[in-house]
Amino acid sequence: MSKSWIDEALAQSELGHEGLAAEGRRQLPLADREQQVLDRIDRARRRRPKVREERVTMSHGAGGKATQTLIEAVFLDAFRNPLLEPLEDAAQLTVSGARIALTTDSYVVSPLFFPGGDIGDLAVNGTVNDLAVSGARPLYLSAGFILEEGFPVADLQRVTESMRAAAERAGVSVVTGDTKVVQKGKADGCYVNTAGVGVVERDGALGAARAQPGDAIVVSGPIGDHGITIMLARGELDIEADICSDTAPLNGLVADLLDAVPGVRAMRDATRGGVATILNEIARAADVGVLAVEDAIPVRAEVRGASELLGIDPMYVACEGRLVAVVPGEDADRAVAALRAHPLGERAAVIGHVRAEQPGIVQLKTAFGGTRIVDLLVGDPLPRIC
Amino acid sequence: MCLGIPGEVIELHAEQPDLAKVNVSGVRRMINIGLLSDDPPVPGEWVLIHVGFALSKIDEQEAAATLQFLEGTGQAYEDELAALKASVIE
Amino acid sequence: MRFVDEFRDADKAHALAAKIAALCEPGRQYKLMEVCGGHTHTIYKHGLEDYLPESITLVHGPGCPVCVIPMGRVDDAIHLASQPDVIMTSFGDMMRVPGSGGSFFDANAEGTHIRMVYSPLDSLKIARQNPDKRVVFMAIGFETTAPSTAMTMIRAKAEGLENFSVFCNHVTIVPAIKAILDSPDLRLDGFIGPGHVSTVIGCRPYEFIAKQYGKPVVVAGFEPLDILQSIYMLMLQLSQGRSEVENQYARVVPWDGNLVALKAIGETMELRPYFEWRGLGFISHSALKVHEKYAAMDAELIFQVPGVRVADPKACQCGEVLKGVLKPWECKVFGTACTPETPIGTCMVSPEGACAAYYNFGRMNRNRVAEAGVAGS
Repeated sequence: MSKSWIDEALAQSELGHEGLAAEGRRQLPLADREQQVLDRIDRARRRRPKVREERVTMSHGAGGKATQTLIEAVFLDAFRNPLLEPLEDAAQLTVSGARIALTTDSYVVSPLFFPGGDIGDLAVNGTVNDLAVSGARPLYLSAGFILEEGFPVADLQRVTESMRAAAERAGVSVVTGDTKVVQKGKADGCYVNTAGVGVVERDGALGAARAQPGDAIVVSGPIGDHGITIMLARGELDIEADICSDTAPLNGLVADLLDAVPGVRAMRDATRGGVATILNEIARAADVGVLAVEDAIPVRAEVRGASELLGIDPMYVACEGRLVAVVPGEDADRAVAALRAHPLGERAAVIGHVRAEQPGIVQLKTAFGGTRIVDLLVGDPLPRIC
Repeated sequence: MCLGIPGEVIELHAEQPDLAKVNVSGVRRMINIGLLSDDPPVPGEWVLIHVGFALSKIDEQEAAATLQFLEGTGQAYEDELAALKASVIE
Repeated sequence: MRFVDEFRDADKAHALAAKIAALCEPGRQYKLMEVCGGHTHTIYKHGLEDYLPESITLVHGPGCPVCVIPMGRVDDAIHLASQPDVIMTSFGDMMRVPGSGGSFFDANAEGTHIRMVYSPLDSLKIARQNPDKRVVFMAIGFETTAPSTAMTMIRAKAEGLENFSVFCNHVTIVPAIKAILDSPDLRLDGFIGPGHVSTVIGCRPYEFIAKQYGKPVVVAGFEPLDILQSIYMLMLQLSQGRSEVENQYARVVPWDGNLVALKAIGETMELRPYFEWRGLGFISHSALKVHEKYAAMDAELIFQVPGVRVADPKACQCGEVLKGVLKPWECKVFGTACTPETPIGTCMVSPEGACAAYYNFGRMNRNRVAEAGVAGS
């Protein structure tokens, strides 16, 4: 960041020094003054995003605020069109009368192989899931590989074998692809991009903007398994645990859910940024409030233990085989039952509700009984010592 | 400065007396117990872990005493509530 | 989780909240400071203020070792990391703290190698694995963390590791508390005392607060019930006109502290004559540097550290927030120009800085559970 970033930030801020002094002089009671500040902050948050950094940093890839800002300020700005604007997990297209969903994802995970799967599993399941939660039946995938010079062919075969098996399990085919090789030192061994196409056969639009007060928010199982697995698998933390990635294709689970509850408003694949990010996306897209209940959110004991040890909140940790669904309040029990009937939805639960109060804000009723806000993180959740 | 997590010592390192394996809710890590060399922990004891070091042993008796205070407060509260409910004048 | 879940029990919280409310004198306002950033974090993360009556205000103190690092020191660290063949290791908390030209993350984008570690010992591993590199550990933290850095240095010496050094930014808590007590613009009724620092230094160092300044101190644990119980104990002292040091966190904190830890610090570090604290200015004998016996591991001697003082941006009011004079939302730039995404000051960037905690967790209307004077509600 340039040295003038502070001046720029100040200039960007709506608030001039004089403005605040004037308000302060009005001598309102404390609570009202606090509310004024909160309102001002709300307005500031709704302003058009701007990327202040001159260079891309790791925060931009974490799925939190920095990513969101980058997407909106750079990509959306450049490519703006009505099909892109919803920024859902897949784009909804109509081609010669047929309703199609299209999505893409790149996979850069390190290490490539970890408990519960490998980059190949992620590459297939992740794209299948983006299609599934968009209401599409996943059909075809493309697979582009960027390989590092020196990468063992045996490892590449492991990856492709995983992809083959995952595709079979999900009922999709890899129908086209590409290969590039880059010099040693780039591509971390192997990067994969998959794009996916599916057909939308059900009526009824899905989208986070459709969430309404009274709706229930459901998660299909325990959160944080994948992200913690990767953190531990990097080997830098010296932590052993029986945690493995939850990577799985969710199209079967989604089909069961939609059969039982055709009125599902929205579904999201909980990947980087975790459940907390999705709750915020819902609140923002539909301009509603969300109240989640900490006690209701399923988390495995080991994931909790590792998170406590590192000082990380599981709500922000990535999953790769979990979905979050917004359903009409009266359908909540039926939705949970349908999910639980499927092997991938064993510990599905209602974790919160949508409400009209405090639109755009996600609140959490803590296990302790108090309330707090759950905001987007700027970047990755960082282990803390304090 | 403050993130310390309680963990149970499950085994001492065979060769290095400074190291011990702890279990935190099913998650295991090797930590350094050098700061407790005056009274090293043994398997079964609980320690407070901070940045890979055990800073202190957790005194189970004190923990119980604190919990008892909290229970007592809780119990007295429950009793009061119950008494309040029972004394509703109809 | 044992020793954690029991202390997060909501039912017991209601009872305690009622008792606390009952101890409030009608018409009186109470200001209690929690010194520790970790306490600030717990208070906001669990929504603890919902259990307190309006008459009790929690004031957030300077016990956030990341928050008090001046921008100039961050610049110094980045300068160190930019030297040839240097790998700097740092705790996660520091990675986003802004210096005058950006944070460690930004520096990495420009080419430095600043790697995140969970434990200072991880730096030794990296040093062993990279004999041709010079590994510099960015040591931060109060007395809680200093012993770990000390043990790491002792180990490095024993192993004869030659490519490891420490850039020492450890600070001590008592001088900061004294600066708060001597601050004319602040009037506090009591202190929720540091928890984990006390496992190292014990409870005696706080006695001067009770004896000389007449303020009660309760050394508190980090679970929400610990803090509530500590507030209860403070209110009890206040209602009984006592001012003593009490130890609520007795299951972890020994009254005399940890002698082994103190010895390790004494062997590897010594007090600096003075050190600049962001927001609090220069405080004498408040920070540690590497002991001359370990000079071979002192990054400040091995490398040239510019040591330029960088004044805080004029708009930044971190100092007043750190002293508890201003609430986070009272800072002119809070939430608008200064946000977690674009932090102007460290109170916003460290997850347990008062501003970050408030912005990320507490930025809303409170539904208070207990009101003063209404028992058992």
